[in-house]
Amino acid sequence: MKFSDFVKTSAIRAELTSLTKEAVIEELVQSLLDAGEIAADQRDDIVAAIMKREELGSTGIGRGVAVPHTKHPSVGQLVGTVGVSDQGVDFDSLDGERVQLFFLLISPPERPGDHLRALENISRQLRDETFCRFLKQSKSADDIQQLLQEADDNQFAAG
Amino acid sequence: MSLQQTVQVINPQGLHARPADLLVRCAASFQSNILLQKGSEQVDCRSILSLLTLGATTGTELTLVADGDDAAEAIAAISDLFQQGFHEIDDATPTSAASSNQPST
Repeated sequence: MKFSDFVKTSAIRAELTSLTKEAVIEELVQSLLDAGEIAADQRDDIVAAIMKREELGSTGIGRGVAVPHTKHPSVGQLVGTVGVSDQGVDFDSLDGERVQLFFLLISPPERPGDHLRALENISRQLRDETFCRFLKQSKSADDIQQLLQEADDNQFAAG
Repeated sequence: MSLQQTVQVINPQGLHARPADLLVRCAASFQSNILLQKGSEQVDCRSILSLLTLGATTGTELTLVADGDDAAEAIAAISDLFQQGFHEIDDATPTSAASSNQPST
């Protein structure tokens, strides 16, 4: 699975302003709402579901990366967005580091395989230090979009 | 001592973030080097990022390899996690959440 299969370009956020876990999740979910990818009346429920998942264990998987996610019956296919925080957010990460890169995923409940393949793609690309560093340095949604495109095109395949 | 054993992902959701976290925590409690192999790919069981790159869906068979003084114990503990479907076979109720017994209001 490629980034372009689930990352909604118009929902990408290069300059996240939130400083707490709940606020940054709200900001990212809002970006998907603004992009027309989720229904307005589902927004709060989706945020609550993602927060509930975080209670089971942080999705801050290390290296300044988090993959907050949930299953939700309101989406017909996997939808995701990418956000970058300049300052980083305290996300209770497994390695204690602040999180700068967010990949937020919402998947239909009956499609666990799609969610796994998205995680596989994200983790595979993030093993590449260069990709990680460039993403964290991104200043615009266009920059991020271009990096994701290059990753899809195997420009960072070495890792 | 180096030991290996075949394990299978049996929970419907596959080896996603939470099971990967469980595996990392379990592996970290042993001194042995612990690896998981899928085909020609081999990853360190102490790295959640590496475990997620396996994209191991339900039904996937993996080879668990442990090398060290406590290899046997490590193999037993980790293969047990696989056999229990990472504690999520009964789906909605995660074992760690004490709050799951509270009545919903």
